[in-house]
Amino acid sequence: MDTGMKQAGVRKQVAETAVIRIRDLNISFGGNHVLRDFNLVLTKGESVVVLGKSGSGKSVLIKCIVGLLLPDSGSIEVFGSEITELNDEELDHIRVKIGFLFQSNALYDSMTVRENLEFPLRRRWINVEQDEINQMVMEALTNVGLENTVDMMPAELSGGMRKRIALARTLILKPEIILYDEPTSGLDPVTGREISDLIVEIQKKYNTSSLIISHEMNTVRRTANRIVILIDGKCYADGTFEELSASTDKEIQPFFSK
Amino acid sequence: MELSKSVRQFLLETGDIARFMGRFFHQLIKPRNEYAEFFRQCYVIGYNSLALVGLTGFIMGLVLTLQLRPSLLRYGVESQLPAMVGIAIVREIGPVITALIFAGKIGSSIGAEIGSMKVTEQIDAMEVSGTNPFKYLVVTRVLAATFMLPVLVLLSDAISLYGSWLGINIKGVTSFDLFFSQVFNNLAFGDVLPAFIKTFFFGFAVGIIGCYKGYYSNKGTEGVGRSANSAVVVSSVLVFIIDLVVVQITDLMGLN
Repeated sequence: MDTGMKQAGVRKQVAETAVIRIRDLNISFGGNHVLRDFNLVLTKGESVVVLGKSGSGKSVLIKCIVGLLLPDSGSIEVFGSEITELNDEELDHIRVKIGFLFQSNALYDSMTVRENLEFPLRRRWINVEQDEINQMVMEALTNVGLENTVDMMPAELSGGMRKRIALARTLILKPEIILYDEPTSGLDPVTGREISDLIVEIQKKYNTSSLIISHEMNTVRRTANRIVILIDGKCYADGTFEELSASTDKEIQPFFSK
Repeated sequence: MELSKSVRQFLLETGDIARFMGRFFHQLIKPRNEYAEFFRQCYVIGYNSLALVGLTGFIMGLVLTLQLRPSLLRYGVESQLPAMVGIAIVREIGPVITALIFAGKIGSSIGAEIGSMKVTEQIDAMEVSGTNPFKYLVVTRVLAATFMLPVLVLLSDAISLYGSWLGINIKGVTSFDLFFSQVFNNLAFGDVLPAFIKTFFFGFAVGIIGCYKGYYSNKGTEGVGRSANSAVVVSSVLVFIIDLVVVQITDLMGLN
């Protein structure tokens, strides 16, 4: 088999297993062009880290994927559906399969941990029995090792615990893709490492695809199968941790220097 | 002619509020109806305001009576005190003062609550989890404010009149039955109905402004404080503007 045929075969395989495919994405706010012709493919079971400086448009990218922001132009396909062309109902249908861990955790302050976890379940499945809900809440909390916090308020929890609860809420609908927005930012190194290990564990256990936004190298090293470096709104480089950390490129090196 | 920056800002914000109201009515008729959250908000907005509204209503009736009494005594029409206080409270003072108290308590709390949910991405989280945040947060709160303020005003009016009866009895003796029969004998249908109807508009104004300010809150925690503050200021001004319009309309209809 010649190289061209091999490449065509790989492309076909990627096309078949791609859960997210972004093509020529552009978005700007006022005069600030945040993403310029950005391209990305996330395949099933893969964990891709998007690395970039603060304000480079990483969070904007994942908000576009779940339809929280509308791009100026370009295409975002999730499970083969073009996100930018879906109506509210169709978008909701896709969002069930996507979990989103917010940078600020976004736990509902006025609700207990139990109510926070029950909220997406009750919104999605109206006729589900309370016993079943209780079981799913406890399973999600057990996954993150915080089953004893079920009746606590978010304000009573530490930063790391809040992050775990937010992760449990993300997991409760058993999403096929999880988008992580700076999952370890603001945490101490030990807790950050625990959260990174939890991300890897969850990915293995549920075979989810992960798109992780981060600029913390410990998290990147632990969680990434592949790294995409975002510079000036474009995909500047794409490769494994080993490949990119060995690069001599002046734009890439600063991310990996100690 | 170039508009000054503040006039331009005022017109832009007025347009935004009008659009926000349009979105409210559009979302109101769309499924799914959030009954549970609506009733929860009625409890939070209505029941939790009872004590404050009751206390201010009582003081309002008592003080108004004590202030009016010397003047009426001077003209020898002290016997008209129940009628005068009754008309003043039911037509004007009760609805407006209660609406202002309501704007201070509920307008600010709605603005701060939705504003903090906005800056901590809770509204985005709600949207991602399959909930229409506008319907769940805004529609329910605006409706609850619209329907709870009239109830609170009725209650406040009743407590005010009770306070007024106590005020009269501080320096004289008037039976409870005589006081209230004098009040109701002097109140016409045209006094009660416009005053009651305008409270729905007051409630709507407080709810929609609180939600608007919170929903478009930005600049972190500083923005949340500013949202709560401007929700109170704008909704209080709107209460007076609506009152002015209602007075003109009732005047044109010959109800004054």
